[in-house]
Amino acid sequence: MSPVDGIGIDNPDLPVDRAVTEGRVPDRSPQEIPELHEVDCPDELRKRIEELMGRYPDRRSASIPALWAVQRLYGWCTPEGIRQAAAVMRVTPAYLESVASFYDLLHTEPVGTHKVAVCTNISCWMRGGDELLGAFRAAAGADTDFFVTGFECLGACDIAPMASIDERYFGPLEASEAATAIEQLRAGAEVLPEKALEKRPLPGGPDA
Amino acid sequence: MLLKNAEDPALRTLAGYRGYGGYATLEKAYKEMEADEVLKELEDSGLRGRGGAGFAMGKKASFLPRGEMDKYLCCNADESEPGAFKDRELMQRNPHQLIEGIAIAALAAGAGHAFIFIRGEYDSQADVLDAAVAEAYEAGYLGKGIRGTRRDLELVVHRGAGAYICGEETALLDALEGKRGNPRLKPPFPAVQGLYGGPTLINNVETLSNVPHIVRNGAEWFRGFGTEQSPGTKVVSVSGCVRRPGNYEVELGISTRELIMGLAGGPAEEREVKAFYPGGSSSPVLMAEEGLDLPYSFEAMAEAGSMLGSGSIIVADDSVSIPHMALRTARFYHHESCGKCTPCREGTNWTVKMLERVVRGEATPMDLDIVASVQENIIGHCLCVLGDSMAMPVGAMVRKFRDEFEAVIAAAQGEAVAA
Repeated sequence: MSPVDGIGIDNPDLPVDRAVTEGRVPDRSPQEIPELHEVDCPDELRKRIEELMGRYPDRRSASIPALWAVQRLYGWCTPEGIRQAAAVMRVTPAYLESVASFYDLLHTEPVGTHKVAVCTNISCWMRGGDELLGAFRAAAGADTDFFVTGFECLGACDIAPMASIDERYFGPLEASEAATAIEQLRAGAEVLPEKALEKRPLPGGPDA
Repeated sequence: MLLKNAEDPALRTLAGYRGYGGYATLEKAYKEMEADEVLKELEDSGLRGRGGAGFAMGKKASFLPRGEMDKYLCCNADESEPGAFKDRELMQRNPHQLIEGIAIAALAAGAGHAFIFIRGEYDSQADVLDAAVAEAYEAGYLGKGIRGTRRDLELVVHRGAGAYICGEETALLDALEGKRGNPRLKPPFPAVQGLYGGPTLINNVETLSNVPHIVRNGAEWFRGFGTEQSPGTKVVSVSGCVRRPGNYEVELGISTRELIMGLAGGPAEEREVKAFYPGGSSSPVLMAEEGLDLPYSFEAMAEAGSMLGSGSIIVADDSVSIPHMALRTARFYHHESCGKCTPCREGTNWTVKMLERVVRGEATPMDLDIVASVQENIIGHCLCVLGDSMAMPVGAMVRKFRDEFEAVIAAAQGEAVAA
């Protein structure tokens, strides 16, 4: 690592980092691109991010997909995970953090394994979305395995009130079904099979 | 047209889609047609964008400069407008129709790279698209030398990560370039300077899904549906206080009453429609008496002072409190404001605070005038229309249902006094 942030050590015209003259290790600045050997990036993650970068005309386009990959591996966008992705992408960790903090689905703090997002927007609110959120919160209680949040419109007003449970949509849900869903998640069973969006017929279809 | 055969789960697969005649139009366009011919067909069809703005799709494509350069096509699948869920249905049930539309539109626009920007919440739909894109590559409908021609197209499915603002076309471009999704100053418009600085055509899922049908059957045929200024069919998402919420594909110009009361079944027994958003949560609400008997078309909704938008109707019956609905609407835009422009960042924030005071009974009728004036001061003063999208419906609700706002204030104050 260069003693002067991000620039070559052999340039005598640049000011010196005082940490070096005082015999300290320079601060690891989030504005500095970490080297791969410094971050101990799992091979699987590195390969995944490299593959993602290859899809775009500009490698930086892979920043959101790379952060998804980090989150999938560690459960959330950990500082270490972000440094690893930054090293592979050759961007600063600060850059990736600024991206991660912008988006609702990328978590920069630890969250539970099971994610339940209950829509509380207009159409779901009219049909009991707030009550459903309350029921999910009560059913999950203090169990940190569950990350229950109210969410803005998830694009499924046809099955209002609804929830996205581990990235799959379910609805229309009765408040009483929240406890069932949480139990099913705890037991590792299939969640509310009757209420999965995929099984819903078209309302304007021949059976309607 | 768009939801035809959508009940058949096999439609999701390449074989199923081809069984219904799919990809024949792509084959014909790539092998036998010049880009200009395809473009002309799209322009003549009068197809208007189905994402919200309703701009003529062919015209937009014609704005891209000609000549050899890197051009891009982005399919906007970031459907996040409260009330809208039609693109979800189209992608989930008929992904190949969209891919075929993208490939043909890319040919017309001269784009060599295409992207589908899908909202991160649509994980299951993105999986469907991933599988369909892989199949299309395998069969030579995408990639290098499409179906033995010298034409190429790369298509990437890009998942967003939860931000309504990314449905705004320039914010979408920033997000696709790997940045925070902040809108850009226009002009330059994306058609001139868009993704990676290159000319870029951005169209909604439903708009692009129409393309194969238009090129297969001709502009004249397409104009046979709908009205003069709103040709074609529309997948309308109806939700809220109705008995059969869902997506209904109708000819534009159908009576709004037929959509809400007929197809969607109207409100529950002994309830009446009080008001509705005709085009998603950002469209000014219409009272039942002013809106139900209008034809459902771009021009009729605009004349009534609202808009068709993305074609998403949210119905409120007489049990719904309009001030609470206004607060719900404002909260959404406050949460989603990216914070770049002051009128939107502060305007959404203060609107929420004032409406909270209204429903708590701490406001006076004068505060309603302030709410109304804040809305007026947001409109037209920001880089994008997110702030306007709150200001228009909230402004309309305060204007049209002022009595109800005043009654809520009085009732809450009465309760406070009684307590």
